[in-house]
Amino acid sequence: MTTDAATLPAARTGPGLWTRMMKGQTGPVCVMLIGLFVIWYIGAIFMNMPGQLDRYARAKQDWTVSQLVEATLNQDRPVLPAPHQVAAEMYKTIFATKITSKRSLVYHTWVTLSSTLLGFGIGTLLGILLAVGIVHVLTLEKSLMPWVISSQTIPILAIAPMIIVVLGAIGLKGLVPKAMISTYLCFFPVTIGMVKGLRSPDHIQLDLMRTYNASRWQTFFALRWPSSMPFLFASLKVAIAISLVGAIVGELPTGAQAGLGARLLAGSYYGQTVQIWAALLTAAFVAAMMVVVVGLFEKRVLERMGVRA
Amino acid sequence: MSGKLDKFCLVGAVFALLSLVFPLSGVDPETGKNVAFVSDLPGLASAMVACVVIGVFFTWSGVTSVLRGSIILLVVIYGAWQAIATLYDHGLAGYASYGFWMFIASLWALVWRGIDVIANYRTLDQGKQQTANIIVPLAFGIWLLFLWEVITAGFGVPQVLLPAPSMIGVRFVNSTGILWDDFRQTFLKAVLAGYVLGCGSGLLVAIAVDRVPFLKRGLLPLGNMVSALPIIGVAPIMVMWFGFDWQSKAAVIVIMTFFPMLVNTVSGLNAAGRLERDLMATYASGYWSTLFRLRLPAALPFIFNALKINSTLALIGAIVAEFFGTPIVGMGFRISTEVGRMNVDMVWAEIALAALAGTAFYGAVALAERKVTSWHPSFRVRRH
Repeated sequence: MTTDAATLPAARTGPGLWTRMMKGQTGPVCVMLIGLFVIWYIGAIFMNMPGQLDRYARAKQDWTVSQLVEATLNQDRPVLPAPHQVAAEMYKTIFATKITSKRSLVYHTWVTLSSTLLGFGIGTLLGILLAVGIVHVLTLEKSLMPWVISSQTIPILAIAPMIIVVLGAIGLKGLVPKAMISTYLCFFPVTIGMVKGLRSPDHIQLDLMRTYNASRWQTFFALRWPSSMPFLFASLKVAIAISLVGAIVGELPTGAQAGLGARLLAGSYYGQTVQIWAALLTAAFVAAMMVVVVGLFEKRVLERMGVRA
Repeated sequence: MSGKLDKFCLVGAVFALLSLVFPLSGVDPETGKNVAFVSDLPGLASAMVACVVIGVFFTWSGVTSVLRGSIILLVVIYGAWQAIATLYDHGLAGYASYGFWMFIASLWALVWRGIDVIANYRTLDQGKQQTANIIVPLAFGIWLLFLWEVITAGFGVPQVLLPAPSMIGVRFVNSTGILWDDFRQTFLKAVLAGYVLGCGSGLLVAIAVDRVPFLKRGLLPLGNMVSALPIIGVAPIMVMWFGFDWQSKAAVIVIMTFFPMLVNTVSGLNAAGRLERDLMATYASGYWSTLFRLRLPAALPFIFNALKINSTLALIGAIVAEFFGTPIVGMGFRISTEVGRMNVDMVWAEIALAALAGTAFYGAVALAERKVTSWHPSFRVRRH
């Protein structure tokens, strides 16, 4: 999102780079991010200070302000770990550990990512099929659509632990139950987006298809399907993000075996705050990357279809 | 008489006819005999005959009016009632066989045709049209519940895997005390507090950000990005910071609801048109007066959009945060512990409660939106 804004204005000539950056989005976003880091450090110092003071008092140790600040930023189990601690933990668990090891964050990310992608794939397929049905069969629209919409208001994630445990009881373990939760979550946005998208052609275009004596299928593939693409990708971005959430939550009830959700849970059991933050930032990074990848696909597809943004 | 045969009615009639012939239930493993025959069950037999009769009749004459559709639905209701009565009163549960399932298939074909007719009903009478528009999804929903009930009972699906809706209903009614306590802990304390704080602070920050274009350019892309992140993951951190009670859940909700509100309000504040702003300027209206008289009202549809999104997010946040540790009350707590004890019907009762609470919350926000922004074009009555 922000990289586009960074490259585009720089290509033009005109006012200086600095001014242009600050006029666009890049400069402000960078400033915000730097501000966020500063706040994070200050927050870490102040939130960890009581514990550190307590420790000094118990050890009857003298301290200076600089010592105190340094100590608060390097605690073993801080209330709020400093960014560099999280970065160090992430480096250690991502690059310095063997990928196959259970301590490797890459391993856990892969566990979560695989069920996310499987669920996303199935959910998207189901969502599109349902949308096609709803668009073509009036009864289906009238009877099913209100339920699809109202199901959005239900906290579906609450079902996650039950799906995991119940399917586990009948022998289904590992990837599939988690993927089912992701499927369930991402199938609704896709359905709603696709119903909108498949309906998006104008009357005049549909009439044109009729004058060509096009069959339902021809109309579908030549007109409805292409014109639904922007809507599909908009929903896919929502769907893939929510699919990751589903996979993470799906890992909670299994008692912390593998996956980013399990890392979160294990960290909260043992008070390993640095581990929680590392897992959290990794999850955020993965989510952002997936949305970016969907965005790239969108760009390619829309470009090939001749749509200009 | 129409030239074409009505396929759905034909299917319904054929299946109902077959169901009269085939055995209703499988073989009892102990006695080695069939548990039940059609001849023993006059109620079910009458329903099957009724299905055959209306199926055959409408196959030839067509389901041409809403009255005929309603007749079909009435027969189906009778048939469904008889089917459930047979399942539970005559020991068919778990032993149902071809004949029974053919009857269900017949009912399915007929109910689809009945709903179909009502779904295609067009009238200029607003009241009648609205009733029809409500009946269709309602009938469909009830039909799905019926299918769920019949399939779980008929196949004898283990209760641990999927309890029948009736069982969930009974559990719901019998444990209203526990459910109310959980509701109070999760919804009335955590959700409402977090929702008000998160939405309120999002709104205020948005108004502040709106005054500074630099902040707006910097925060909006970040806010948009945040909506894609699994924020729910902060739950364990919040539980560590704010303790096990509802405060930590409210904190999760504040973080989850803040950004949608911020992003929507900021774009909403830009929704007022050039013309209206110029008009306010000619009235010599200052910043605050323009804000309250023009820009905030113009932003209301956006704000309500965020409020609606947040109503769902808030409930999810509270329930999932409770998976990370709570006092021994709350919807998320109950779900995770009852799952561990394999009390699946209690879990379903909690989920039903969560669904009810979520829908009611959303409905309340939507209703408020209708009252407050009734001027917006999206609420104009469309006639077509």
